[in-house]
Amino acid sequence: MSEQDELLNDFLVESKENLDHLDEELLALEGSPEDSDLINAIFRRLHTIKGVCGFLELKKLESVSHAGETLLGALRANELKVTDHIITLLLTLCDAIRTIVTCIEETKGEGTQSFEQLAAELLAAAKPAEQDAAPKKELSLDEEFELILAQREAAESGGEPLEAKPEEPKPAPTPARTEPPQEQPEQASRAAPQESSLRVDVQLLDHLMNLAGELVLARNQILQTTKSLSDMNFRAITQRLNLVTSELQEGVMKTRMQPINTVWGKFPRVVRDLAIQCKKQVRLEMWGKETELDKTLIEAIKDPLTHIVRNSIDHGIEVPEKRAAVGKEAEGCITMSAFQEGGYVVIEISDDGAGLNTEKIRDRALQRGLISREKAQAMSEADVHRLIFAPGFSTADTVTNLSGRGVGMDVVKSSVEKIGGQVDISSRAGQGSTIRLKIPLTLAIIPALLLSCASQRFAVPQSAIMELVQLSATEKSGLLSWIGDYPFYKLRGDLLPLLYLSRQLAVESHPREDAGDKVIVVLDVDGCRFGVVVDEVHDTEEIVVKPLGRQLGNLAVYAGATILGDGQIALILDPVVLAREAKVEQREAVEVRAAATAAASLGEGTGQLLIVQVGSEVRAAIPLDCVRRLEEFSLRDVECVGKSAVIQYRGSILQLVDVAGTIGMRSEPWTSGNVVVVGSGDALVGLQVQGILDVSCELSAVKPVTGKPGITSYGVIQGKVIALLDVAHLLSHGLEATDSRVGFEQAGV
Amino acid sequence: MKEGTGAAPRQLVTFKTGEYSFGIDVLEVQEVLRHQHMTPVPLATSEVRGLINLRGHIVTAVGMRERLGLDSALDVREQMNLIVSLKDGAASLVVDSVGDVITLEPERYRPRPSTLAAPLREMVTGVYQLDKGLLLHIDAEAACKVCEEEVRG
Repeated sequence: MSEQDELLNDFLVESKENLDHLDEELLALEGSPEDSDLINAIFRRLHTIKGVCGFLELKKLESVSHAGETLLGALRANELKVTDHIITLLLTLCDAIRTIVTCIEETKGEGTQSFEQLAAELLAAAKPAEQDAAPKKELSLDEEFELILAQREAAESGGEPLEAKPEEPKPAPTPARTEPPQEQPEQASRAAPQESSLRVDVQLLDHLMNLAGELVLARNQILQTTKSLSDMNFRAITQRLNLVTSELQEGVMKTRMQPINTVWGKFPRVVRDLAIQCKKQVRLEMWGKETELDKTLIEAIKDPLTHIVRNSIDHGIEVPEKRAAVGKEAEGCITMSAFQEGGYVVIEISDDGAGLNTEKIRDRALQRGLISREKAQAMSEADVHRLIFAPGFSTADTVTNLSGRGVGMDVVKSSVEKIGGQVDISSRAGQGSTIRLKIPLTLAIIPALLLSCASQRFAVPQSAIMELVQLSATEKSGLLSWIGDYPFYKLRGDLLPLLYLSRQLAVESHPREDAGDKVIVVLDVDGCRFGVVVDEVHDTEEIVVKPLGRQLGNLAVYAGATILGDGQIALILDPVVLAREAKVEQREAVEVRAAATAAASLGEGTGQLLIVQVGSEVRAAIPLDCVRRLEEFSLRDVECVGKSAVIQYRGSILQLVDVAGTIGMRSEPWTSGNVVVVGSGDALVGLQVQGILDVSCELSAVKPVTGKPGITSYGVIQGKVIALLDVAHLLSHGLEATDSRVGFEQAGV
Repeated sequence: MKEGTGAAPRQLVTFKTGEYSFGIDVLEVQEVLRHQHMTPVPLATSEVRGLINLRGHIVTAVGMRERLGLDSALDVREQMNLIVSLKDGAASLVVDSVGDVITLEPERYRPRPSTLAAPLREMVTGVYQLDKGLLLHIDAEAACKVCEEEVRG
């Protein structure tokens, strides 16, 4: 890199920083137009940029920033009052400079865009002052101070004569006159920070971070080894090593931490511009600007945050008239707050706007086929709100250039999840909404739970773990139930799908002889809960995530590996992939077994019943032994052949039976594709139901009924009367219907 | 680099697996270790013997016997780990025994016979004719390539 290039590079880095500050300061100036300190600060920043342009021969940048400087000069000399127009002009100037800087960075040239218009406007704005006011001779305190400062520097550098100074505040007519004196304040402002901080290559920091991670591992191993030693002296040394390592690790982590304000800094500007564009009045409040986050994470949340803020202004905050109509302040308020919570940083963005329109979201989701009608009705308000994170979702009636294309919140969600974070939304109609991001403090070292399966240890990131449940051998019969081949666990009234880790990883599980019990690790991924059955759980430990070699690139289930305190390796399981596979298993896993096998695995006559919602008022129960699978089809896939509804299912055709109609109730329109597959072998029939509720075996007050086809008896479960279905009847009914369908086809075609 | 075309003699680390003698460029070999504790990786292909903790680095061990479709070794504790450096980190080739480093003249080199069957054809780049048999020159990168899919980004 030549000296010139190096200079240019420094200039680019510095300019970007200066521009960010400029935005902030200009907005602050808008709030307090009289603040001469601010004007001076702004002037100096702009001048720093302009100053370097001179010898880097950046003509465009120089001319446009010079024009801005002229305007600022006029402000500084109190010849002009700060107006909204001027602020807007100066902000536009910032954008122009940013454009040029980016252009230089990418192409090494200033680009083809012309900024003469802007320069002219800036100069024009500075004009009136030139006409009516003679340069003021009285100086403010600050100016006096600066003058002294400049004098001293001028003396040190042996540069500009003193007399040049009082002229400086005047609108500068030619570049030749303004340039030399302005060199001085710039140096003054730059000198201080250089002493206390220095620029370090991020790669170097990453390397240090890795080394610190290794050191932590080595420390862990030493600690484990010395546990068994009796040499007190040596133990004291390791203790010291322990402390120093922890501190070192913390220190290195800190070097990568940046206050969240590095990204938040640009939001006042974003909010202001958007508010003007949307003709809304918006105030931005920020709390916890100093909250620190890892640099890479800061980068990663930049775009999601911008998107959320845009959404809040475009969709959340109402126009002033509307706000006044509902008795709110005309000015809407967006609050951004950040704080630490456990190993996470929580960022909340709230607005006091209209809040989410639950009904509209529900309708839109139905329209787009994101959810079934039945599901839509069953969903809680909060769940409906979460739909805005679904891919391709948007409620905006019109697509504005700000938002409404429906690519957005899903991207926010995925990019936050990519860095191990979570997003959630809460909203109250008429009062506004809050979006909450939960971001891990750092990526490289994560808290994880160690567990074992088939006498091998694995690690699961703590962030995904909800709770641990003992699956005791004695309780198995009561709470563990199988539907077809799929195990479920009844956890506080909910059916928790289970996944046996040993099965999933195709390893043989050897639980310790003394403990026949296993443990269910309840994981939550995207609000979907499932349990992973493992042999044992151990401690939680801070682990350093290490990537796996290419030889294992085909195994997505491992997020990496780590070295434990005793030097052993543990594979890190990826909860997201486990969740995916749990679902896959539910949908299309193993072949449907013959009824005999299923009955055997259930234990003959366990008397367990699957409780389903048949009509809006009617519940029914199906003996679990008869149930092969639970399916949820999309109603669009259901085809009608003659009087029967069928669906293509696993390469053959599944006859659907409307349970309500068959048992002599009023047939209600199907709202969902919930289907209980019953039967054996090839003779499968799908029972169409409204919803699948629970599994229970506590049937009481049984009263046999006769004369009602399809129902064997009534009974009471959980305080409600249910109809016990006669599966044999439903099967034969279904099969008869199949015959009629075949008949129809022969006759019709 | 085209094998055998250069005039300079080559230095190869020799090792045996089953009835085969192999040679691998000395510069590709990082170190040779005795039997190491291996952490098995469930679901991995049979060629992956496990993971080794190599002074804080996690290295995948690829069994040469498994790679060639031979029976597993009678006593895995006798096997050796040949740590090879690849483009993206190190890997271990688990072999029956490691021999000397030998210097071979380019005159002895012959290109790979076209009749060579599948697992060998992928990794053997050429053959050196020695006084007492053939030495198969293999490419470490190819020998450690046990899966096609690259799911990880």
